[in-house]
Amino acid sequence: MIQLVDLCKSFRGQPVLDHLHLEIETGRITVIIGRSGGGKSVLLKHMIGLVRPDAGQVLVDGLDIAHLSERRLNEVRKKFGMLFQEAALLDSMTVGENVAFPLREHTRLSGKEIRDRVEQKLAEVELENVSTKMPSELSGGMRKRVGLARALILEPDIILFDEPTTGLDPITSDAIDNLIIETQRRTGATCVVISHDLAATFKIAHKIAMLYQGKIIEEGSAEAVRASENPVLRQFIERRAEGPLSGV
Amino acid sequence: MIRVLEHIGGWFTGTLAGFGGVLLLLVSALGWMVRPPFRFRSVLKQMEFVGVQSLNVVVVTGASTGMVLALQTYYGFRMFSAESLVGATLALAITRELGPVLTALMVTGRAGSAMAAELGTMRVGEQIDALYAMAVNPVGYLVVPRIVAAVLVLPVLTVICDFTGIVGGYLVGVKMLNINSGLFVARIVDIVELSDIFNGLVKAACFGLILSLVGCYMGLYTTGGAKGVGLSTTRAVVAASLAILVSDYLLTAAMFR
Repeated sequence: MIQLVDLCKSFRGQPVLDHLHLEIETGRITVIIGRSGGGKSVLLKHMIGLVRPDAGQVLVDGLDIAHLSERRLNEVRKKFGMLFQEAALLDSMTVGENVAFPLREHTRLSGKEIRDRVEQKLAEVELENVSTKMPSELSGGMRKRVGLARALILEPDIILFDEPTTGLDPITSDAIDNLIIETQRRTGATCVVISHDLAATFKIAHKIAMLYQGKIIEEGSAEAVRASENPVLRQFIERRAEGPLSGV
Repeated sequence: MIRVLEHIGGWFTGTLAGFGGVLLLLVSALGWMVRPPFRFRSVLKQMEFVGVQSLNVVVVTGASTGMVLALQTYYGFRMFSAESLVGATLALAITRELGPVLTALMVTGRAGSAMAAELGTMRVGEQIDALYAMAVNPVGYLVVPRIVAAVLVLPVLTVICDFTGIVGGYLVGVKMLNINSGLFVARIVDIVELSDIFNGLVKAACFGLILSLVGCYMGLYTTGGAKGVGLSTTRAVVAASLAILVSDYLLTAAMFR
C-alpha cells in the first residue's frame, strides 16, 4: 500500500501540494484527476521518489521513502513500473533494447531469456515485429505500448501511469485503457493513474481521487464520485467552464 | 546603477552556483566510477564518439596550426638568421600549449556540445526521470562513461594533433621554405624534452575532464524544452572553453617552471 501523509511541496514559493493525504489501495486501480498544472504529475513522482517532499511522508509498504538514501530508494523503485506521459523511451536504443533495459540492469538472465521475455511483453501489449525499430519510427500509441511493456518487464507490484492517453486518438486511448485494465487483472498490481480524461477514468478506476489546490478534496468509487455534490468535482466531471474552477 | 550591480551580482552568484554544481557532479561521478556495474561498452562507445569521430577535425587543426606557425616563425627568425630554430620553436609551442588547448577546444565544440544536447534532450523528454524510475542512476549510466572516455581519448587526440602539427610545420619549413631538413629535426630533438610532451598530455586529460563534466552538467540540468536544450548546448561550449583556457594558465604555471 502507498500512503501519502501530510505531504507538502512548493516550487519557488508556490505551493503545489498542501498537507495532502491519500491512501492507494493494494491491487486496485486508483485514478487521480484534477486540472492541468494542478500538481498531479508531481504527486505521482513523489510516490517513486523522483521528487522529494518539503514535509510529510511517502509510505510504500510502511517504509517512508521520502528520506531514504539513493541506494535504498533504488531497491524500493524496483517494485515499481512507470509509464511516462510521452513514454520517455531511451531514443538511442531500439524498442527491444528499451524493453530489455531493466532486465539487463537488474537481472542476470541470459541474452536468449531476455529476448524471449521482451517478445512476450511486447506481445502482451499487442505489439509484434517492432523490436528492431527505433522509438522515433513509432506512433504515439505504439510508443506508449512500448513504454508499458518496459514498465511491466520486471513484473512490478506497483505501476504508475502519468496521463497514459493524453495526445492519443479516442480509439487508441480506449485500447490503452483496456490494456491497463487487462494488465491489472492479470498481474494483480497496484495501479495509480493520473488523468483528466473522464471517460477513461470512469472506465478503469476502482477508486477516483480529485486533486484541487494541493489537496485531495474528494475520493471514492466511480459511483460515489458521480453522486458527489462537491461543487468543484461536479464542475470537473460535468466539464463546465463556469464554477469554482474558474480561469483557463 | 543598482540594476547594474544587481546584474553583476546575479551573474556572479549564478556562476558560483554553476561551479559548485559541476564540482558536486564530479564528486558524484567519482563515487560511481568505483561502484559496479562498470560500463565498459558504454565507455568504448563514447571513446568512438569523442575520439574517432573527432579525428578529422583534430588532424586539420594540428596540420594548419603547424603550417601557419612555420610560416610566421620563419619570417621572424630569418631576420636573425635563426631559421633552423623554426622546427624546435613550433614543436615546443605545439606540444606544450597549442596541441592540448586547440584539441580540447575543437572537441568541446564537437563532442562537449553534443553531450549537453543529448543529455538535455533526455532531461526534457523525461528520459532522465525514466532512468531514476528504473532504479538506474543517470550519473553512473550517462556521465561516468563520457568522463572516462574524454579523459582517456583527449591525450591520444593531442598526440595526433602534435604529430600532424609538426609534420605540417616540417612540410612548410623544409619543402617550401628550404630550411635544412637535418637541422630542422635535430633542433627539435635537442630542445623538446619528453616532459614537454608528457605535461601537454596531462593537460589534455584535465581538459577532457573539464569538457565532459561541463557538457554533462549543462545537459543534466536543462530546463525549458527545445529552447532550453539550445541554451544548454551554447552554455556548455562557452563555459567549457573558458574553463579550459583558465585552467591552461594554472596548469602551465604549475608544470613549466
